[in-house]
Amino acid sequence: MPEEEAVSTPIRRLLYSLPILLLAAFGWLAWRGLAPDRDPSALPSAMVGKPVPDFTLPPLDASNEALSPKDFAGKVTVINFFASWCLPCKAEHPLLFQLQKDMNLPVYGIAFMDQPSDATGYIKENGDPYAKIGVDQNGRVAFNFGVQGVPETFILDRQGIIRYRLAEPLDPDRITSEIAPLVKSLQQ
Amino acid sequence: MIAEIGHYALVLALALALAQSVLPMVGAARGIRPWMAFARPAAVAQLGFVGLAFLALVTCFLRSDFSVATVYHYSHTQQPTIYKIAAAWGNHEGSLLLWVLILAIFGALVALLGENLPPRLKARALSVQGMIGFAFIAFMLFTSNPFARLSPAPFEGEELNPLLQDPGLAMHPPMLYLGYVGFSMTFSFAVAALIEGRVDAAWARWVRPWTLLAWTTLTAGIVLGAHWAYYELGWGGWWFWDPVENASFMPWLAGTALLHCETVVEKRDALKVWTILLSIVAFGFSLLGTFLVRSGVITSVHAFAQDPARGLFILFILGIALGGSFALFAWRAPTLQPGGLFAPISREGALVLNNLLLGVAAGTVLLGTLYPLALSVIGGGAVSVGAPYYAATFVPLMVPMVLLMAIGPLLGWKRGDLPGALQRLAAAGVLACFAAGYTFHLETGGSWLAPLGIALGVWLALGTLVEWVERVKLFRVRPRENWNRARHLPRAAYGMTLAHLGLAIAIIGMTGSSSWKTESVKAMQIGESVTLDGYTYRFDGVMPTRGPNYLAERATFTVTKDGRPYTVLYPERRQYEVQAAPTTESAIQSSLAGDIYAVIGDHAGPQSWTVRIYHQPLVPWIWAGGFLMALGGVTSLSDRRYRIGVPNRLPVVQATGA
Repeated sequence: MPEEEAVSTPIRRLLYSLPILLLAAFGWLAWRGLAPDRDPSALPSAMVGKPVPDFTLPPLDASNEALSPKDFAGKVTVINFFASWCLPCKAEHPLLFQLQKDMNLPVYGIAFMDQPSDATGYIKENGDPYAKIGVDQNGRVAFNFGVQGVPETFILDRQGIIRYRLAEPLDPDRITSEIAPLVKSLQQ
Repeated sequence: MIAEIGHYALVLALALALAQSVLPMVGAARGIRPWMAFARPAAVAQLGFVGLAFLALVTCFLRSDFSVATVYHYSHTQQPTIYKIAAAWGNHEGSLLLWVLILAIFGALVALLGENLPPRLKARALSVQGMIGFAFIAFMLFTSNPFARLSPAPFEGEELNPLLQDPGLAMHPPMLYLGYVGFSMTFSFAVAALIEGRVDAAWARWVRPWTLLAWTTLTAGIVLGAHWAYYELGWGGWWFWDPVENASFMPWLAGTALLHCETVVEKRDALKVWTILLSIVAFGFSLLGTFLVRSGVITSVHAFAQDPARGLFILFILGIALGGSFALFAWRAPTLQPGGLFAPISREGALVLNNLLLGVAAGTVLLGTLYPLALSVIGGGAVSVGAPYYAATFVPLMVPMVLLMAIGPLLGWKRGDLPGALQRLAAAGVLACFAAGYTFHLETGGSWLAPLGIALGVWLALGTLVEWVERVKLFRVRPRENWNRARHLPRAAYGMTLAHLGLAIAIIGMTGSSSWKTESVKAMQIGESVTLDGYTYRFDGVMPTRGPNYLAERATFTVTKDGRPYTVLYPERRQYEVQAAPTTESAIQSSLAGDIYAVIGDHAGPQSWTVRIYHQPLVPWIWAGGFLMALGGVTSLSDRRYRIGVPNRLPVVQATGA
C-alpha cells in the first residue's frame, strides 16, 4: 500500500464518521431541551436592565417639543406604546389615568404606526393621561424598544434604565401586585 | 365498536411490521428465498391494516362519536362534513395515523411495482421500511392512541380550531406528509444499498422515481402551506421562517440536492457516497421536523400540544434510525467502489456545485432553527431567529445557485464548454441586466434586492428557455424537424425545464411581494376611504351573516383604480360558536400584477373597525411558479425510463451542443 493512502485512511474514516458525531451533538441538545423544567415559550425582554434606547420623535401636539429620553431624566417614568386602531389599548386606557393621578407617575405615550390625525382623534375621544406623546409612524423606535405589538408598557428608573416591561394590556391586579411595589422601591 | 376495530387493526399492523422488519432482512443475509419473499405480502397487508384503522378513525369523526377522545377534542356536530373528515388528521394523533398510512402506501407500492428490483435489495429495503413503520405505530399506540375512549362520553365535541377549518387543511398535510414520508423510501433504499455494499447506476434509477415523487409532493405541500398562511392568517405574509416551516424546508433542500446528484450516479456512476448520505439526511430532516413539531422543544405557531414524553419517544426513534444508518454509513461507505474523477467544468461539476450550495443552504436553515434551542439549553437566554438572519445567510447562497442553474444544463457531461455556454446565454444576461436597470429605475430609493431578484428570475427563465431552444434546434432547422425533436425529448428533460422555469417565476414573485408590499392599518368609519398604491378602498359597511357553525361580520369595500370601478371585496370576521376564537377571512383580488388584500379586525368604536389593507405585487407568481415546479416533477416522473424495465444501462442521453 502506498504510504500516502495509509496516512489518509484514518482521516477518511473520521470524515465518514462525521455525520454520526454531529447527530450525537444534536441528540445531547435535544435531550437537554426536553427537560421538564424548561419553558420554551418564556421570552424575557432583552431590554430590562438596559438604558432606554435613544430616539427623537415628533410630538403629537405641535405646540410641544419633540419627545426624547431627555424628558425622562431624573424621575421614574412610564412609557406606553399605543395606537388608535388597537382595541386592547382602549381597554387599558383608564388605567393609565390611575398611574398618572393616583400614583403620580408621568406617563409618556408613543403612538405606534398611527396617523397623527387618527391618534389625535383617539386622545380626544378617550382623554389624555399622557404628559407628552411622540408619534412613531413607521415603528422604528418601537423596534428599538423590542416592542412586539401594542399595547406595551415600560417603566424607567431615575437613571433612565428600563426596569419593567409589560407586553400586554395593563390590568388592576398587575398594577397593585407588580407595578406599585416596583415604583415605590424605585422612587426611594 | 368501530374505534376498537381501528385500534385492533393498529395492533395487528404493529405485529406485522415487526415480522416485516426481521424476516426479509435475515432471509436476505442467509439467502432464504421464502423469507425474503415474505416482504411483499407483508407490505401489502400492512397497508390493509393501517388503511382499515384510518377508515375507522374517519368513520368515528363522520359519526361524531364523542366517546373517542380525539373526536371529542377536534370535532363538533355542527362542523361541516368536509371539516369533520379533515379534522381526523388535524390533530397530533390523527396526523400520526396519516403519517403511518402514507408510509404503508409507499411500502405497498414498492412491493407491488418493484417487480424488476433485485430480490435482496427489495427485501432489505422493505425490511427497513417495516422498521420505520414499527417505530411509528408503537409511538402511536403507546403515547398517542387516536382511538382512546372517554367515559362517560360527552354529548358534544370541542370543535376543530377555527383556523384549521379551511379547504387548505384538507390538502396541505396529506401533501406534505407524502413528501416527508416519501423520503423514507429513499432512506430505506440507501440503507439497503449500504448493507449490500453496492451502489451503481441501476440503483440510482430504481430510487429516483421515489425521490421524484417525494420531492414533487413536498413542493406542492410547502406551496399549499404558504398559500394557506397567506390567505387565512391575514398577516399578508406567506413565509415566516418559523421553525416548523423550516422543518419542511430542510428536507426539501436536501431532497432537491438528492434529486440532482442521483442523475450523476445514474449517468456517470460517481458521487455515490454523497448520494447515500443525502438520502439518509433528507429523511433525517423529515424526522427532525416530526420531533420539532411534536415534542414542544421549540415554540412555533404550528406546534401540536407539548408533551415531553412524546418528544423523548420521537428522539429515541430519531436516534435509532439516524444513529444506526450513520453508523452503517461510517462503516460501509468507505468500501463503496469510488466512481471516476471528473472535470470541474462539466454537467457533473455543475451538479456538485449545486449540491454544495444546497447543502450549505440546508445547513444555515438548520443552524437558524436549532440556535435558539442550543442557546437556551446552555443557559444563554431566549432568542428567536428571524427573517434578518435568513436574509443575510440564505439569500446570498441562492444568488450563485440561480446563476449556475442557467449555465449547468448547457454544459455537457464529462467535458463542458463554458465559454460556449456563456456565449449562448449572452442575450439572457443582457436582458437580465436590462431588467435590473428597469426595476431600479421604477422603484425610487428602494433596496438593491429587488433589481437583483428580478434580474435573477429573468436570467433563469431565459437561460432555461435557451436550453430548450438548443435542444429542439429552434430557428436552425426546418419547423417540422423542430417539432419532431420537441416531441422526442425525454419527459425528464421537460420536467427540468418546467421546474427551473417555475423557480424563476416564483423568484420574481417572491422578490415583488417582499420588496414592494405596502400596507395600511387604520381604524375606518363606514363611508371613509383610503388610498394605497393607486387603489382607493371605500368602506361601505358591515353586514352580519352566519355560516354553518359561526356568526360573521362581512364588510364591503368598493375598490376603484384611477377613479374607475375595479372590484368589490368582502372580508369577513368570524366568531365560531363553540371555540370562542375569532378568525379573519381575508378578501383577495388577484391579477397578474399582484393581489389586493383586505382584512377586517376589531371594532374600534361605534361604526368604526380596524381595517388592514395590503397591496401585494406579484404574489400570484409564487403560486404559479410553485405549481410549475410540481408539474415539472410529475412530468419527469412520467418519463419512459421509469415505466419500462431497466435490465441494463440505456444509452446515455447526451445534451446537445456539448
